[in-house]
Amino acid sequence: MTLPWSRVAIYTVLVLFALVYLMPIYVLLVTGLKSFQEVRLEQMWDLPSALRFDSFREAYNSLDSNLANSFKMVVPATIASCMLGSINGYILTKWRFPGSDLIFFLLLFGMFIPYQSILIPLVKTLQQLHVYGSLWGLVITHVIYGIPITTLIFRNYYANIPTELVEAAKIDGASIFKIYTKIIFPLSLPGFVVVAIWQFTSIWNDFLFAVTVTSNPGIQPATVALNNMAGSFIVEWNVQMAGALIAALPTLIVYIVLGRFFVRGLMAGALRG
Amino acid sequence: MSRHARWLIVLVALFAAMFVAIACGDDDDEDKTPSGGLSGKLEIFSWWTTGGEAAGLQKLYELYPNQCGGTVNIVNSTVAGGGGAQARQVLTTRMLGNDPPGSFQVHMGHELIDSWVTTNYMEPLDSLFKEQGWNDVFPKGVLDIVSYQGKPYAVPVNIHRANVLWYNKAVFTANGLQPPKTLDDFFKVADALKAKGITPLALGDVDSFASIQLMETVLLGKLGATAYNGLWTGATDWKAANVTDALNAFKKTLDYVNSDHSSLSWDQANDLVISGKAAMTIMGDWLEGDMKAKNFTNYGWLPSPGTEGVYDALSDTFGLPKNAPNKAAVLCWLKVVGSKAGQEAFNPLKGSICARTDCNPSLFDAYLQSAMTDWKANTIVPSLAHGAAVKPGWLTEISDAVTAFVANKDAATLQNRLAAACKTAGVCK
Amino acid sequence: MNSSGHRLARRLTSERAVAIALIVPSAVAVAVFVYGFIAWSAVVSVSEWDTVRPDYTYVGLDNFRDLFNNFRFQIDIRNTVVFTVLFVGACLGIGFALASLLDRHVRGEGLFRSIYLFPMAVSFIVTGVVWRWLLAPRAGVNILPEKVGAGSIDYGWYTDPTVLYVHADTRLGEALHSVGLGFLANPNYGVPLAITSVVIAATWQMSGFVMVMYLAGLRAIPDELRDAARVDGASEAQILRHISVPLLRPVTLSAMIILGHQSLKIFDLVISMTRRGPGFATDVPGLFMYETTFQGNHFSHGAAVSILMLLAVSVLVIPYLFWSLRREARL
Repeated sequence: MTLPWSRVAIYTVLVLFALVYLMPIYVLLVTGLKSFQEVRLEQMWDLPSALRFDSFREAYNSLDSNLANSFKMVVPATIASCMLGSINGYILTKWRFPGSDLIFFLLLFGMFIPYQSILIPLVKTLQQLHVYGSLWGLVITHVIYGIPITTLIFRNYYANIPTELVEAAKIDGASIFKIYTKIIFPLSLPGFVVVAIWQFTSIWNDFLFAVTVTSNPGIQPATVALNNMAGSFIVEWNVQMAGALIAALPTLIVYIVLGRFFVRGLMAGALRG
Repeated sequence: MSRHARWLIVLVALFAAMFVAIACGDDDDEDKTPSGGLSGKLEIFSWWTTGGEAAGLQKLYELYPNQCGGTVNIVNSTVAGGGGAQARQVLTTRMLGNDPPGSFQVHMGHELIDSWVTTNYMEPLDSLFKEQGWNDVFPKGVLDIVSYQGKPYAVPVNIHRANVLWYNKAVFTANGLQPPKTLDDFFKVADALKAKGITPLALGDVDSFASIQLMETVLLGKLGATAYNGLWTGATDWKAANVTDALNAFKKTLDYVNSDHSSLSWDQANDLVISGKAAMTIMGDWLEGDMKAKNFTNYGWLPSPGTEGVYDALSDTFGLPKNAPNKAAVLCWLKVVGSKAGQEAFNPLKGSICARTDCNPSLFDAYLQSAMTDWKANTIVPSLAHGAAVKPGWLTEISDAVTAFVANKDAATLQNRLAAACKTAGVCK
Repeated sequence: MNSSGHRLARRLTSERAVAIALIVPSAVAVAVFVYGFIAWSAVVSVSEWDTVRPDYTYVGLDNFRDLFNNFRFQIDIRNTVVFTVLFVGACLGIGFALASLLDRHVRGEGLFRSIYLFPMAVSFIVTGVVWRWLLAPRAGVNILPEKVGAGSIDYGWYTDPTVLYVHADTRLGEALHSVGLGFLANPNYGVPLAITSVVIAATWQMSGFVMVMYLAGLRAIPDELRDAARVDGASEAQILRHISVPLLRPVTLSAMIILGHQSLKIFDLVISMTRRGPGFATDVPGLFMYETTFQGNHFSHGAAVSILMLLAVSVLVIPYLFWSLRREARL
């Protein structure tokens, strides 16, 4: 069977695009794996003559404490976000009350605001709460500004759990907590995974909050450290590239391993009703 | 049920990985409790991350236990980039968030006074200055610049010169040219170099301070010290014809720079000089450290064109923020910074001269010795680009006007904007 | 029976109180941290706060007037408009093209999809760092042709200060002038070339997301509809034009809103890739707000910029939220 030319054209276009999308990763990898003698800009595209991990080692040495900071912040923030989102989604779908739609609408809007418009009050308030400049301050910030999206994802997810199930339990005398623990929570695992991945990725990748809330370099997360490293021009560019790859690795791994859930979070974020 | 079991495994694995990460990531934050003397942490905030600056800072840290005793653990907090611009952004949010470091690097002059002193974020240091006898060892002009209402607020550690022309000797010999002393010479030499395909002047203004500093040296070269100083006090009219001339000279200077200047940093621009692709660069004397770090020795220097006899100065200082943690340790840090031993250890590495007048010249290299001579003989003017001449808000407006100008080369608009900025700042009428 | 019904109703009322109590923490947090803080920023934006030390003296709309007279902010508005149009257009075009190709029973669809989408998992900071080197004038894409024996490209990318605009002394400029549109012949109504570099990086990151949305939309179109059209002799192009595109209109709208509001807020990518650019060619309100607030210490101006950003986003998002919530209620 011969391929019709239109099929060939389709695959050609798809492959070309794939190459363009992968090009940055290629450059990141070959640059990071070169020895310092080989990292001249003119040789950007050449394969390394021998595999050297010096750039990665150096990038890791200057980023390791920041990577630890990122993990220390992301984990509690993600867990707290999941819990809050789950409870809110549960209430807003199964215990609707007059005004609950309005609350949902007001929550949702919080997802879209430019965070610049709350930055100055945020700094002042975190200072009053004595968490300014600490990772906990950043955790609180991420959890609060994560409420809209996590609530949205869980709400959409719980909307698919038949309300009759919950109504029947209500009539049987089950309490609000019992219904949650016995019916909702056991069915929630995919929702938790989606939200956890979403929050993990977006909190890990955040820059604006990190740079304003944890301006003390010792406790800054990886994105800020990477930006400082790249902004300094003093750090060799191969080390910058290696640093970029290291900083991207956790979310890339999550994407590769759990891509399906990642896409579901994306679609929920796109408000697909 | 098996489907849920799979999800459960995924979820548990995810959370487990996270918890492991927390557990591993936890730093040991043990507090040392020594017997007497200074102890605890002392955070020093600066934008000295590399080369001689970092090495000099390290020397000061090494001197600290000798001079102060105790078991103070110095935390070196640095933010690189932008000639300190990024560090200043970070510092602003920290001060706003009431999270000051122990002590921080700040340029003397308006950057220190208008940002932090008039806003009541700093402690006066008059008793420290008296106790250490510093009122006699720092030049009067420097003391005035770090003081507000008669009290000093920061300890100057060094003096840098902004108006230096650095050049590659080999390029000049090979082309039979003399390094230019005046702006007219400069344009002649530049034309000759350009004809031979050599970039006359290397510029790297990815950080906007570099183009502001270039403008400041041209203004200084054209206007002279008195009229230049008048720009910052309102005595010189920004709309005057001599300012127009000076800005046109600045415009002409930009015709001789490398075309990719907006993507390079000042030290990358220096690479062009080192490799001989460019002949000269106008940069502060911290550039010498970059020459040395790159093992390049065949360089020469002059005051930037037309500025002979004038020392365009800036200084790095350290002060004591209100609510600084571990205040006793900070005070001793300031003593180290202001001490003869401290300045003699720091400055040869940093590539600057001492702010004190009693440093031993034999510790310094040829350039710095010439700078020390000039410092005593020359007229001193404050640097614009490095926060000495004007307050930060005014500098921001000047910076914006220059950034736009470097791209559109519209000198008339630049002049109007600079005049307007002076008015906004409340200095011109 | 009746009394047990009452008991149930009473119990449910108290349970409902518990439900409301459970949502109160989140509601209060959002009320304070979103709406309270916005109000606070609005107060700062009409205040005199111009140093690091807060000063809430009321000055009316002076700060906003200053902003609109500030040439940097005028350039920022131009850049935002240009960036939004190019970025949204490129993402929609590429996203739709890839989705409609992938929808044609392509082998290895999952792999292609994963490749196009992976940049979404990466932070804008990483994207900025990588693309800054890929589009550096002396490196990256410019020297790629050398590898296949062709000459290198001499293009400045984000260092090119050129702004394309109608010059007043050209025929077109005079024509504009004669119809009273002479003000358009000004760089402030032009296209800065440098910003296309940022558009390329942003499109690399976000177009996969549009592809996924379109793909889901295409899959939701019943096969019978298109099969019927094919039976009637319609070409693939006709099917695309008369069936797919109209049915995908809601997806297009969603994508436009999501991307559009992102481009109004863009900050991370610019700060890590180009910063202000030559002559502010890649400057954006987010960066201006950050620099003027935390570097220039003009807190009131910074707050005013942020309030304007919020207004722009609101104009885009609030109608959309109403629309999508109503649509959801209908379903």
